[in-house]
Amino acid sequence: MSNEKKERKPCLTGRGVTKVFGFGDKKTVAVDHVDFDFHEGEFVSIVGESGSGKTTLSKMLLGLISVTEGQIDFQGKPRDISSGRKKKEYWKGIQAIFQDPFSSYNMFNRIDSVLLDCINMRGERNLPYEKKFEMMTEACSFVNLKFAELTNKYPFELSGGQMQRLMIARIFLLKPKILLADEPTSMIDACSRATILDMLLKLRDEINMTIIFITHDIGLAYYVSDTVYIMEHGKFVESGPADKVILHPQAPYTKRLITDVPKIYEEWDLSTV
Amino acid sequence: MGKVMLEVNNLKTKYVTRFHEDVYAVDGVSLKIEEGKSLGVAGESGCGKSTLALSLMGYYFAPLHYISGDIIVDGKTISGMKPDVVRKSVLGNEIAYIPQAAMNALNPTQKIIRFVEDVIHAHDPKATKKDIYDLARKRFEILGLPESVLQKHAVELSGGMKQRTVIAISTILSPKVLIADEPSSALDVTSQKMVIKMMRDLMDKGFIKSMIFITHELPLLYNVTDDIMVMYAGQIVERGTAKEMVFDPLHPYSKGLMGSIIVPEEGVRDHKLTAIPGTPPNLKHPPEGCRFADRCKYATPTCRGMLPDVKELGNGRAYRCLMSENKIREVYKSEQ
Repeated sequence: MSNEKKERKPCLTGRGVTKVFGFGDKKTVAVDHVDFDFHEGEFVSIVGESGSGKTTLSKMLLGLISVTEGQIDFQGKPRDISSGRKKKEYWKGIQAIFQDPFSSYNMFNRIDSVLLDCINMRGERNLPYEKKFEMMTEACSFVNLKFAELTNKYPFELSGGQMQRLMIARIFLLKPKILLADEPTSMIDACSRATILDMLLKLRDEINMTIIFITHDIGLAYYVSDTVYIMEHGKFVESGPADKVILHPQAPYTKRLITDVPKIYEEWDLSTV
Repeated sequence: MGKVMLEVNNLKTKYVTRFHEDVYAVDGVSLKIEEGKSLGVAGESGCGKSTLALSLMGYYFAPLHYISGDIIVDGKTISGMKPDVVRKSVLGNEIAYIPQAAMNALNPTQKIIRFVEDVIHAHDPKATKKDIYDLARKRFEILGLPESVLQKHAVELSGGMKQRTVIAISTILSPKVLIADEPSSALDVTSQKMVIKMMRDLMDKGFIKSMIFITHELPLLYNVTDDIMVMYAGQIVERGTAKEMVFDPLHPYSKGLMGSIIVPEEGVRDHKLTAIPGTPPNLKHPPEGCRFADRCKYATPTCRGMLPDVKELGNGRAYRCLMSENKIREVYKSEQ
């Protein structure tokens, strides 16, 4: 929505990225030669139904699974994740929040140690505790949580929305270049969803973070993103600025996705199932 | 005015925790649904939507306990009945219930037709297998499910198909009230639309007489139900037709909820989403005054001191706030 006119540097680029599972008769092409350019400070949405390959693509972007074919460039240079150490270095630049906040935490660690870990990961292990405390308080207030109330709690004592917000507090502390959000709002009710989306937008505006938002809800994608990629059967069928793609869709798949979402201002046509 | 299918008067139920503490999850809910009408229940997680659904069935088992109130289904009072009687004579043919992950209820070792036989035999032990098969085949055909589904196992069906199958099975006895608790939220948009279409068909073809639809997806409620009721902390805070509730909410909480609607239509990007700050009150010790007072930006000391009554505005519209209708509208207008 904002800072659209600025010239942006490419942050993550992919050419011919492919992932094939299995071989022979059981070969499944999950992601099929996709090209993408994600720029700095851009809010990108990848929209598709279940089984369209969104999550496989996100795992490849994170380096959790290998790329069968194709090239991914990170900040203009080919990405190198050949060893564990290099992977860790790469993850300083790209972080993720996942669908299920309940399984994202180590249930034996208190919340302050979750946040302390982030500070240590940034290489600031030797800071005095007062400074660390200040940083943690700042991160919590960024997501409208009160750090003083959380210090002695365990993650399971929080509600789903609070947990997901704490995830964002972690991201705020780590300040990666790219945040990959894989359906972060699908397990949260509509009311807290607005809060989470607002925080993601705030991350983009204040830290100039690139946000890759993966969702099946085209309404959410329209609300938050600058650029939208529509994915069907492992391919991008349509991409471009959100206004153009959602309000004037070209591909039949995009049109179908849009008609399948309940509307408020127009009649929702149920006959086209 | 149609025949009243479901009437609930001042229903109160509670959960008893392991530490013998009472949690008042449904606290004085009254509602009325006429024949052929549907009612949507909205609210954030933890407001008592699902507990209301469980309570309405009249089938209580620990930790849920019944305190007081009447549930009247088509002239017959079912509150206070013994659980066994409720299970035999009410569930299935008077009230049917679909939980969120209904599709997981299918036993993977059984064919779908066995579940249909199960449901019918529970109410009519003399029904023959052939009659049941014919009934199931006809019903499945009308609802747009292929006949071959009946001979399949649950694992052979996709998620959306399983959900629709379960809905078809649970309404096979043509219940008077169908309570659907988030029947589509675990599905993707296309399957969701199919489920919604099926529920509309059930209503239109008269297989169910009335419906309660529970969800937090407001655009969905707006398209599916005639009326919407908003719950907060175990109580009803506002009730009205779907159109009134989405475009002209009165209670500050409903106003906040309606501000979180996101649809892929022009103009949505321009207005900022409004999130309601704070968290709902702890229902172990509900506040004495208005339950929303702590999160409400219009709250006054009087709000915290006394619980506002439900104000009826006629035509089924009602809200629970101390401010008068005109005052609320003035305040909202001045904010724009």
